[in-house]
Formats: sequence, structure tokens, C-alpha cells
Amino acid sequence: MKVAVIQFPGSNCDQDVYHSFARGIGVPTEMIWHKDEQLGEVDLVVIPGGFSYGDYLRCGAIARFSPIMKAVGEYADRGGLILGICNGFQILCEAGLLPGALIRNNCLEYRCMTPHLLIQDSTDTFNRNKIGQIIRLPIGHGEGNYRIDDEGLDRLERNEQILLRYCDEQGNLTEEANPNGSVNNIAGIRNERGNIFGMMPHPDRAFERFHPSMDGLPVMKAVLATKETVTVPI
Amino acid sequence: MATAPLPPNPDSLLNTSITSELVSTHGLLPEEYEKIKKILDREPTLTELGIFSVMWSEHCSYKNSRPLLKLFPVEKADKNADVGKVLVKAGEENAGVIDIGDGWAIAFKIESHNHPSAVEPFEGAATGVGGIIRDIFTMGARPVLLTNSLRFGELNSKEVKRLFRGVVSGISHYGNCMGIPNLGGDIYFDECYEGNPLVNALCLGVLKHDDIKRGAASGVGNPVYYVGAATGRDGLGGASFASKELTEESQADKSPVQKGDPFMEKLLLEACLEMMAVPGLVVGIQDMGAAGLTCSTCETASRGNAGIEIELDLVPQRESGMNSYEIMLSESQERMLVIIPKGRESEIEEVFEKWDLHAVKVGEVTDGDRMVVKQHGVVVADIPALSLTDDGPVYTREGIEAEGIEELREWTPSELPDVDASSLDSTFRKLIAHPTIASKEWVWKQYDHMVMAGTSVEPGSDAGVVHLNLEGTEKILAISNDCNGRFCFLNPYRGGLISVAECVRNLVCSGARPLSITDNLNFGNPFKLDVYYTLAESIKGLAEGCRAFDLPIVGGNVSLYNETPEGAIDPTPVVSIVGIIESEEHITRQTCRRGDETLILLGGIPNELGGSQYLKLVHDLKTGDAPVVDLEKEKHQNEFVLGEISAGRVVAAHDVSDGGLLVAVAEMLFGEEETYGAKIVLPSSVSEGRLDEALFGESQGRILLAVEPEHIDEVFAAASEASVEAMPLASLSQDGEFSITIGKTNPLMTWKVSEIRSLWGTVIADIMDHENEGEI
Repeated sequence: MKVAVIQFPGSNCDQDVYHSFARGIGVPTEMIWHKDEQLGEVDLVVIPGGFSYGDYLRCGAIARFSPIMKAVGEYADRGGLILGICNGFQILCEAGLLPGALIRNNCLEYRCMTPHLLIQDSTDTFNRNKIGQIIRLPIGHGEGNYRIDDEGLDRLERNEQILLRYCDEQGNLTEEANPNGSVNNIAGIRNERGNIFGMMPHPDRAFERFHPSMDGLPVMKAVLATKETVTVPI
Repeated sequence: MATAPLPPNPDSLLNTSITSELVSTHGLLPEEYEKIKKILDREPTLTELGIFSVMWSEHCSYKNSRPLLKLFPVEKADKNADVGKVLVKAGEENAGVIDIGDGWAIAFKIESHNHPSAVEPFEGAATGVGGIIRDIFTMGARPVLLTNSLRFGELNSKEVKRLFRGVVSGISHYGNCMGIPNLGGDIYFDECYEGNPLVNALCLGVLKHDDIKRGAASGVGNPVYYVGAATGRDGLGGASFASKELTEESQADKSPVQKGDPFMEKLLLEACLEMMAVPGLVVGIQDMGAAGLTCSTCETASRGNAGIEIELDLVPQRESGMNSYEIMLSESQERMLVIIPKGRESEIEEVFEKWDLHAVKVGEVTDGDRMVVKQHGVVVADIPALSLTDDGPVYTREGIEAEGIEELREWTPSELPDVDASSLDSTFRKLIAHPTIASKEWVWKQYDHMVMAGTSVEPGSDAGVVHLNLEGTEKILAISNDCNGRFCFLNPYRGGLISVAECVRNLVCSGARPLSITDNLNFGNPFKLDVYYTLAESIKGLAEGCRAFDLPIVGGNVSLYNETPEGAIDPTPVVSIVGIIESEEHITRQTCRRGDETLILLGGIPNELGGSQYLKLVHDLKTGDAPVVDLEKEKHQNEFVLGEISAGRVVAAHDVSDGGLLVAVAEMLFGEEETYGAKIVLPSSVSEGRLDEALFGESQGRILLAVEPEHIDEVFAAASEASVEAMPLASLSQDGEFSITIGKTNPLMTWKVSEIRSLWGTVIADIMDHENEGEI
């Protein structure tokens, strides 16, 4: 098992992701510079949070043109496993690897807090049984307001592609519990095929005893476990 | 004149002769200009006049404060201490460095960006953060935390709200993008800061002892590199701008405010750290902050006892036709000057190429002592480097206390009605809902306080706490900022002392042993003798506090001329202290966790009202003396608290400060997950004195400990053994009620704790979210 973390100029959670996988889970993890053109032999590619290219133009809009993204696209086509966290989620949407877009929070301000999240039964590995019903993960973003057209939203719901939703302590999907205005309280999704995951919350900030929660560990493990269950032929 | 004049400047606009008017618009006094002529042995060129004006400005030269700053201890007195030894002293480099053990060290410093923030709050605050981050990574340190000390006018006008919102979003914009957690800091709202907000930004970085970098140019022939962003006309003469009072015109004059680009700075940070990791590649490095290229060239030359020569044509420029005056005085952000060994040019260029940044050789280290600047090959400035850094004017004067302050100190509350059962409710609500005391969550949820995955105590507690995972070694640091301007107004000496004592108390309450201190002295115009008096007295108070707790000052910043036409701000000597927590188990928050704890008060029931928020908010008074500080008692009590924390007997600890005892108790009930009730039982003896002093006085040396039932006897026994004054004050409950009785039988008041929490928790958001409703 090997995890690769892609570093863009302006990535700033690359070290957090590195430590959460290397130390938190205990999988060999390596960094890949965005100017590289090859991924090599890896089992999971993580695109970390941060402000790639300063979030200029639109979040993730420039990073998708980095040399490494061609290899990431090919890897995705082969059924390779990809996780985008925060800015990584934005990049995956910009690259067309995940549907929808992330726009400015409806409060028009950056939000750093640890909301409750309702886990959805999305796949054999990413579900309440494996992760838990309600978890808490930190968020830190100014543009996490997930948007998609009605048809796309319908497809996400129908295919159970939604991974996480912002909720209150009891699991209710209220407007108050939604920190950024995302449609249907969506905090994370996967693609239809089930090999590409994107989420605004940070499992990479929830793996140590002193963190607000340690719920990042089951989330990261659930993504990693998908490796064993992806049934689509490569 | 013995020395020949320089050749004409390539830009004929600059070939004007220096008139007394020009000297004055550069903020230089006639005698200072005479000194410049003597140093050069000729008339300066306009470019040179500009260079002298920024280097001899208050911001760069500390001309009005330097002799006073000598009062500060700069080394640890205890030579046997395990940690805390000063490795780089205050004033030596861009930031001081202290040992935290196991070969690791921290560099930290606080700096002001008050004037730019008053004019352009977003950019002013953002570049303030950017500047202090550069000061830290210039030392070779990886920045790991940020905090701020902020002061604004009362949050009841559109303009103050605009400044507050702008400053907070500027800090958030820059720090979040850099990926450095912001642990909050302290914020006060008081009318004295109306029109002149204070924006003090702190950064702390971590490094190995062996990796400390110096800002010295040495080795004749070594190349001088310019790295980072290109130079534009922004921020021209910002250092001199910061050394004047704010007027109507300065509001309209936005050119001295720099524009920040945190993405560029993030690249610069990573590239610089990568470059520094190459053995022997960096001879010297200095940030281009205030006074930009001017300051970095003359300071590195002066520190290295060398000369330096640069050609401005080689400087990356983002505007065309910039003349030497503009290039030398520009304060464009995100730039550094690096001196490397001759022959290793390709190595530095390779690193910066990777990060798509400029790295251009602009000159070299020379024999002698001159800073020579050329443009198109023509010498446009030729100045002894040392004269700019060390020979600036120094002013000392005899300060005089402003009239009437002594009378204010002598004020007593004898004429004042005491609080009673009928006024207690409205009084408490006024305090708990004032933005100075209320929750600052509205601010810090806009700051990324969790990036780097090391934060363990989030903003809002007595101190912020981060874990540092250093190649297998773990260190836990705590940081807190403090300064009560009202105390300093009434008694600047004691106010300074309180800044230190209270900040130390905050750290102790978080389980940390204080290590070292950085200060930001925010005052008015030092040429006014009463302002100078408060500056001198506050410094004496700070110095006394530092010596008492053996806290060396490792640097900081002086910001003077914080005045508007309405007058000077309250003296505001902000301090920030960093402490170390020995073990994860000792990390202590201010909020209770169980609901069955007893709150034990150390230090006795408060008995002073001077300078309190209560007098301000309820009686509109800024009177009385600042509270008494008993340093020996505090030191002893602090040791006791640290001992109880390490013995595992303390669930939560909180310092009694702004708003007094009742506010402090309430704040301990507002847990992360739950809100607890509490019954306060005041001793019957309280009836003999004033109730307002007991509940709302801000006497020093008071700490509340939350202790579980099974440890209460042990804590009292330990207190009695250590001769620390301790009394049970309140017991927590799950019934949601917050009540006070005097003795066991005399009920005074009961509140619903959830209502109090909601008042405290939402007031700032409520005010800010109704921004467009005009004056309230």
C-alpha cells in the first residue's frame, strides 16, 4: 500500500495529509511535485488542501493545468483511487473528475470550525457501518458551497454518491448546521464509478488525541479500503 | 564642502537641490539634516535624503525609545534553566531566538501595522501579517503559529465596524493562505482607539540551533541576490508614514499602504527554507520589510562590517520608468535579500526556478563600509552603511505626567452607589455583552486555527496551545497576548507590570511555564512630554515584570504617533509571552468539562475598582488607580497552580481579568460541548465591603481552579501547605442555573446560564451582521 500526496504551489495541508496517512494510519506516503509528469506505482493519490496558485481566477482553476494533472487524469481513467480534500476537492471539480462546483460560502466569510457530519451509506466501504453515524471533522475554507444542476443533484442522490452532509448534533440536516450553504448540506461526494472522492472537511486534522476529534482515521481508512473493492476492470 | 557631489541622477526630476521644505516633508528635523551633511561631507542627493529619512524614522531607528529599551532584560538570569536560554538577542537580527531544548529553538516577534490599517484596514492588516512572517523565516525558522493584538474604537459606528471587519478579513486572507494557524490573541474596544486602531501581529517559528541564519553581509565579492516579488511603487516611504500622526490628509494618502500577495509569500517561504537547507549556501539573509531595499542593504552591510554595492537596473521591477528614489524606498511585499558564497550562483537560482520566483544577482559585498547604489551605471547614493543603522539621532527627554492623572488615581468609589439585587442583573448583562468581554468567535472562526494539525487549544481560552512534532521529538507551546490600556492610562508603570503579570497568569492557567516575551509598544507622539512619560513609565513597569518572572525580551516593536486630532490612544504596551508545556496531560483549558467541579478562588475576593470595565460600562468612569501587583505572591501562586496541574488535580483554570470575578466564573461554564450551571456562594464577610468590588473589580493575582470532588481536599491541603490563599467559591450543577448568594442563606440573583451564554456568544456577530443598519 502506498499513498502519494501531490504538492502544488500554494498547497498548505500537504504535510498534514502526509502525517495523517504516514503516522495516523501507518501507510508509506510520499510527496509528488506538481511539475512531475509521472505518478509511479501508488494505491491512493491525495490532492491536499491549501490555496493552489493563490486561488487566483477560481479555486483549483489553475492547478488543473499543472503537468501532474495529466497523469492524475489517466490514473483516474484506469480506476485509480483519488481523494481530494478541501482545495483538492475544488481541483477535482475544476478538472472535471468530480461533478459540480464549489463557490463562495453563503456567509461570504472563511469558516474554520468542527461541524457534525452525517455519514451516508455510499459504498461497501464508505458507510455508517464502517465509519459511524455522525462524526465531527474540522473544516477551513472560504469557498465550500457545493453547487450542481438539478439533474446532476438528482443523479448524485440516486446513485448514493454523497459521502457526508453537514448536520446538527442529532443528525438533522438543518440550515443552521450548514456552514457554507451547500445544496442538500453536501460536504463530500464520490464519482459514479466509486474511485474518486472529494470532501471539504479535513480528515487530516482529526487523527491525533489532541485534535477536536479522531474521526479522520475511519474516513481515511474507508477511502483506502475502497482499493480492495473497486470492481470496475482496470 | 570637501567631498565632490555625486554625478547627476539619470532621472532629472531627482536633481533638485535640497530645500528646508524637502527636509521637513521627509520628516527630518533641521539638526538631523545637518548631521546627514556632516556624515556625507556634502549635500545629500534626493535619493540619499529619502534613504536617510526612512532609516532614521522612528519605525526603523527607535530614536525616541532606544535608551528606554535598554532597561529590558535580554538574557535569562537563571543560567541553569533547562530551556529558555537566549540564542539570538533582541535587536541583533530580524527576530530573537530562544532554546526550547533537544537542539530545537523558536524565533518569535510581534510587530505593528497600525497606521496602514487605519487607512486601508484589509491591506494594512494583511501586510502586517506578511511582514512578521518574513521576519521569522528570515531567521531560518518554519513559522508555526500566528496571533494578533487588536484594538478598535467602540463597535457602534459604521467606520469602526468597517475597520474591524477589514482588519479581521485581511488577517484571515493572508494567514489562511500561508497555512499557518492563527491562535487568536486579544481584542479590546475602547473609544481611545477610534480612528487609530492597533493591529499588532505575532509570528512564531521553529528551527534547530544549528540552522539559525543571520542578516549579515560578509565575504568581499560574494554576490547579493534579490529574491521574490518584483518591485513596484506601492508602499513608498511606509516607514516614515508610520512615524507621523494620522491626519485627515493621511486618510486620503493611500500610497504608503502596501499590497500583499500571500501566495507569493508562501512560495517565498518554501523557496527560502529549501535554500537554507542547502549546507553553506546562505551567508546572510534579510527580509525587505519597512524601508525595503534600503534597509536590507545597509543593515546587512552594517552587521557584516562590510560594504555593499547594488545596481538598480538589475532589480526586478513591475512598473516601468521607476527612478532610484522610488526603487530604494518602495515597500513592495514578499521580497528578500540574500548573500551567498561566490561561485554557488547556480544553486540558489535552481531553487527559485523550481518555485517560479525571481532570484537575481543585483550586486556584491565590497571592501570598506559604503553602501553604494547605482542606476544605469551612475552612482545615485554613496553612504557609510553604519551611519544609517547606528548613527541615527537618539532623543531622551524628561517626561512629565499629564495634569489630572494623579487626581484620577486618588479617586475612590465612596460617592458611587454600590450594586445591589436590583441593579445586579443589568450590570452583569452590560459587562458580559460588551465586545471587549464577549466571545470573539466571530473573529477566530474566520482564521484557520487548525492548519498544520498541531493546535490543541483553540482560540478563546487563556492561551493558545500547539503541538510541534519535530522529527520525532514533541514540544508543546502555549502563547498569550495581553495589555490593559485603561490601567496604563491611569498608572503606566503599574499597567506595564500588569501586562506581564497577567500574561504570565494566562500561561500558567494553561499549564505552561513561561519562557520569553516579545513586546509591542503602542503610544502617542513621544515629543509630547506627557506621552513620553507614559512610554518611559510603562517600559519600566514591563522591565520590572520581566525581571520578576525571569523572562528575557527577545525583541518587538515600537509604534509611536498613534494619535488622531482627537488625541493620543491610551498607552498600550502589548506583550506576548510564549511558554512550554511539559506534557500533554498538563494542557489546561479555561472551560469546565464535567459539571460537578468546584471552583476554587486563589488570591482572595477582589477589592479594587480602578480602571475596571465595570467603571467604564456602568458608570462611564476612567478613574482610580490600576490594581496593585504583588509579584512575590504571584510567583508563589503560579508555582502552586503549575504544581496542582501537573499533579492532575485541575480540570480547568482561568485568570480573573476584564470584567472581574462574575465574568470569569461565567466563562468557565461555557464548555465546548455543554453549558453548565453554577452556584456561587460569596463569604458573608463580603457584606462588609463593596459588592461591586468583589464581583466586578479587576484585582490582580486571582485565579479560578475547577477541581473534581475527589481532589478538593487535596488541593486545599496543598494550598495551606504552600500558604496560598484559596477558598471555595462556586459549585457546578447541571440545572442550568447561575446563581449568587452571600453566605449560605442570602440569595442575590439567579440567571439562566444558557441565556447568559447566548448574550456573550453572539453579541459581536449580531453587531457585525447588522452593519448596514447604520449607527446603533
